[in-house]
Amino acid sequence: MTAAISVSGLVKTFGPTRALDGLELTVREGEVHGFLGPNGSGKSTTIRVLLGLLRADAGSASLLGGDPWRDTAALHRRLAYVPGDVSLWPNLTGGEVIDLLGRLRGGLNEQRRAELLERFELDPRKKGRAYSKGNRQKVALVAALASDVELLILDEPTSGLDPLMEAVFQEAVNELRGKRTVLLSSHILAEVEALCDRVSIIRNGRTVETGTLGDLRHLTRTSVSAELVGAPNGLAGLPGVHDLEVAGRRVKFEVDTDHLDTALRALVGSGVRTLTSQPPTLEELFLRHYEDEVPAGGAKEAMSS
Amino acid sequence: MTGLGSLVRLALRRDRLLLAVWIIGLVGITLSTASSMEQLYGGAEARQQLTATAGANPAFLAMLGPLYDASTIGGVLAWRWGVFGSLLVGLMSMFLVTRHTRAEEESGRLELIGSAVVSRHAPLAAAVVVALLASTVIGLLVALGLTGMGQSAAGSFAFGLAFASVGWVFTGVGAVSAQLSESARTANSISGAVLGVAYLLRAVGDAAGDEGPTWLGWLSPLGWFQQARAFAGDRYWVLLLPVALFAVLLVAASTLVTKRDIGGGLLPTRLGPARAPGSLSSAFGLAWRLQRGMLIGWTLSLLVLGVVYGSVAGGVEEMLNGNPALEKIISQMGGAGAIVDVYLASIVGIIALFSAIYVVQATLRLRTEETEFRAEPVLATPVSRFAWVGSHLLFATVGTAVVLAAAGVGAGVVHGVRVGDVGGQVVRLVGAALTHVPAVWVVAGLALVLFALVPKLSSASWAVIVVFLVLGQLGPLLQLDQWAMDLSPFTHIPKVPGADVTAAPLLWLTLVAAGLVAVGFAGLRRRDVG
Repeated sequence: MTAAISVSGLVKTFGPTRALDGLELTVREGEVHGFLGPNGSGKSTTIRVLLGLLRADAGSASLLGGDPWRDTAALHRRLAYVPGDVSLWPNLTGGEVIDLLGRLRGGLNEQRRAELLERFELDPRKKGRAYSKGNRQKVALVAALASDVELLILDEPTSGLDPLMEAVFQEAVNELRGKRTVLLSSHILAEVEALCDRVSIIRNGRTVETGTLGDLRHLTRTSVSAELVGAPNGLAGLPGVHDLEVAGRRVKFEVDTDHLDTALRALVGSGVRTLTSQPPTLEELFLRHYEDEVPAGGAKEAMSS
Repeated sequence: MTGLGSLVRLALRRDRLLLAVWIIGLVGITLSTASSMEQLYGGAEARQQLTATAGANPAFLAMLGPLYDASTIGGVLAWRWGVFGSLLVGLMSMFLVTRHTRAEEESGRLELIGSAVVSRHAPLAAAVVVALLASTVIGLLVALGLTGMGQSAAGSFAFGLAFASVGWVFTGVGAVSAQLSESARTANSISGAVLGVAYLLRAVGDAAGDEGPTWLGWLSPLGWFQQARAFAGDRYWVLLLPVALFAVLLVAASTLVTKRDIGGGLLPTRLGPARAPGSLSSAFGLAWRLQRGMLIGWTLSLLVLGVVYGSVAGGVEEMLNGNPALEKIISQMGGAGAIVDVYLASIVGIIALFSAIYVVQATLRLRTEETEFRAEPVLATPVSRFAWVGSHLLFATVGTAVVLAAAGVGAGVVHGVRVGDVGGQVVRLVGAALTHVPAVWVVAGLALVLFALVPKLSSASWAVIVVFLVLGQLGPLLQLDQWAMDLSPFTHIPKVPGADVTAAPLLWLTLVAAGLVAVGFAGLRRRDVG
C-alpha cells in the first residue's frame, strides 16, 4: 500500500519555540489515521505544513505524492480541510460558505450536501456571526465531507460538537472508510478509538508511538472500582493490576487494558454488586509513559519503553 | 462600578504605544504648525492681509472654516489647523471606544471579562474613560504648549478644550454606535459617517454666506469648535454644548447596554440565502463580496465630498480678482495657474489623500482575513497565495480609480453647472483626479510590502498615510526641505487641473508601485501564513 502522507524529521520553529522537533508520520492510502497528542503538541503545526501554509525548517514532507510547499494548488484540488477553530465571514451565510469552499475545490456532491445538512441539523441561512462554535464547525465539516476528494485533513473536527453530533460525525466518517484517506487530529482517545485504523501519538513536536490501536493496547490502563458481595480475592497477584486499594468490600485498581479480562473474572469470582470502569485517558497515558522520557530522550527511547 | 479600575488599567496597558502615538503625534503636529506660522505670519501686516483675503473666501470657508481673528498666531492656527486637527481627535476617540467595546465583544474576549467580577457597564465605562483621558490630555498639552509659546492663556485653553471637546462628543458617538451593530467594522462606519456629516454640515454652513443657512454649522460638533472662538473672544460657554451632547449620548449608550445581550446588537440580523450565488465561486468572487461594501461606501462619500468642494469653486474667482495676497497663499497650498484651477488642484490633492485611506483599508483586508483565520480555509483549497492576494489587490488598485473618478464627477458636475460646461468640467476633473492614481498605488504597494514581509507591522501603513499627509499639506508651512517632501509620491503628481501633465512622473510612480507589488509577491512566496 502506498503512503498518502509521509513526513520525516520535520522541524519547525517559531522564534525560540520548537513547535516540531523531528516529527515522523506515515498515513497509508485509504486508512483513517488518528493523529493524537495533547494541546500544543504540534498537531496543527504539522497540518499547516502539510497544507503548504507553513514552511518547514528541516525534514521532508510528501502529500499525495507531491511537495506540499511547491505543488500547493494541484494538491489542494485533491483534499479537503477542516480547521480546529472555524472562523466564518460574519456577513456570509453558512450555505454560502459551504458552496464557496466546495466550488473552490472544484465542486460539491449536491446530494451529499443536502443530506449532511439534514443530518447535522444545520440551518444554512444564518449569517456567520450568528453561529455558535459547534455550528461553525458543522459548516466546515459539511463543506469537507460533501467534497469529492481523495484526502480529508480534519484538525480536532469535533471540538464544540455535542455528543449527538459527534455520533453523526463518526457515522459520516465511517461511511467514507476505504473511499477516502482521512487524517484525524484529536486529543480525545475515545474518538480516535472509535474511528481510526492506525494512530500516531505525538508530544512536544515528536512522534512517540505509531501503530494500530491493538499495538497500543499495552500502553493504556482502565481504572476499575467495584463493590463486591464477598471479600476480594486473588486480585493482588494478577498480572497487569496496579495501584490496588481494598477497603472492606470495596476495591479500586488500575489494570493494563490487555489484562482487563482476567481482572474482571477475578472480580466476578467474589460476586459484583456495583461496578464502574473508566476508559483510559490520553492525559494519563502521557503522564505514565512519556513524562520523563520525552524531554530527555526523544522518540526512539520513548518507543522502546 | 466593580472592575472599572482594572479594566481601565488593562486598556491603558494594551494601548500604551497606540495612545502615545496619537497624543504625541497630534500635539506635535499642532505645536509645530503654530511655531512655523510664527515665521510665516509673524508680522502683523501679513496677518492683516490674511484677514482681508482668506477669511472671507468661500473656498477656504468650506475647507477650513472662517478666520475670526488673525491678530494673533493662535487665531491663525485655530483657522488653519483647528477643524482638521479636531477631526483627528474625534477620529481617535471613536476608534478607541470601538476598540475596547465592540471589537473586544466580537472577538469573544469581553465574554471572558464579563464572566469575571465586573459590572455590566464596566467595559463601556472603561472605554469611555480611556477615550476621554486621551482627548483631554491632548487638549491640555496643546493649551500648555501654546501658552508656553507666548499665546494668551485664555485663548490657549479655549483652543485646547475645544479641541478636546470634539473628542468627547465622538467618544459618546462611538459608545452608542458600538451598541447598535454586532461588528466593530460597522460600528466604526456608523461613527465615521457621523463625523463625515459633521464636517459637511459645517462646511456648507461656513460657506453659505450671510443670507445662507449659516445655522447648519451649529448642528455640528466641529462647528462648535469654531464657535468657541479660541483667540477671538474665547467663548467658553459654547463648550457646554459638546459636554451636554456627550452626557446625552453616554446615557443613551448605557441604556442600550442593559437592553441587549453580550455579543448581540440592536440592529437585527436577518436570515440570508441558503445557497451561494454563482458569482461566489472563486477567490475573486469572495474578494468582491468582502470588498464591495467598502468600495460603494467610499465611492459615495468621495462623490459627496467632490460635490461640496466643487460647489464653492465658483466663489473663488469672484473673491480673488485682483487680490495678489491670497493668490500667494493659495499657491502655497500647491500649484500654479488660474486661481480656480489652483483651488481645484488643491482639493483634488486632498481627495487623493482620502483615497489613500481607502486603498490601505482595502489592502489590509488581507491581514484581517489572515489574523481572523479566514484565510486558512481558502488557502487550503486550490486557490494560490497569489490569486488570494491578487484578487484583493485588484480591488484596492481598480477601486482607487473608481473612488477618485467619483470625486471628479461630483466636483465636475456642480462646477460645470455653474460655469455652463458640465461635460467639459467633468472630463477635466475626472482626469485631474485620476492623475493621482499612481501615487495612491505606491501607498498600496507599501501596504502590501509590509503585509508580505513584516505582517505584524501591517498597520504601519496608516502611519505612511499620516507622513504623506504631513509632508504634502503641512510641508510648505513647516518649511521642510524639498528632498523631504519628495519622499511623498503625492509631491510628484502634477498640480492638475492647471499645470501641464507630463507622463514621466506618472510612469515612474507606476513603476515604483509595480516594483513594490513584485517585492510583496516575492516575500509572500516565502512566508508562513497564519
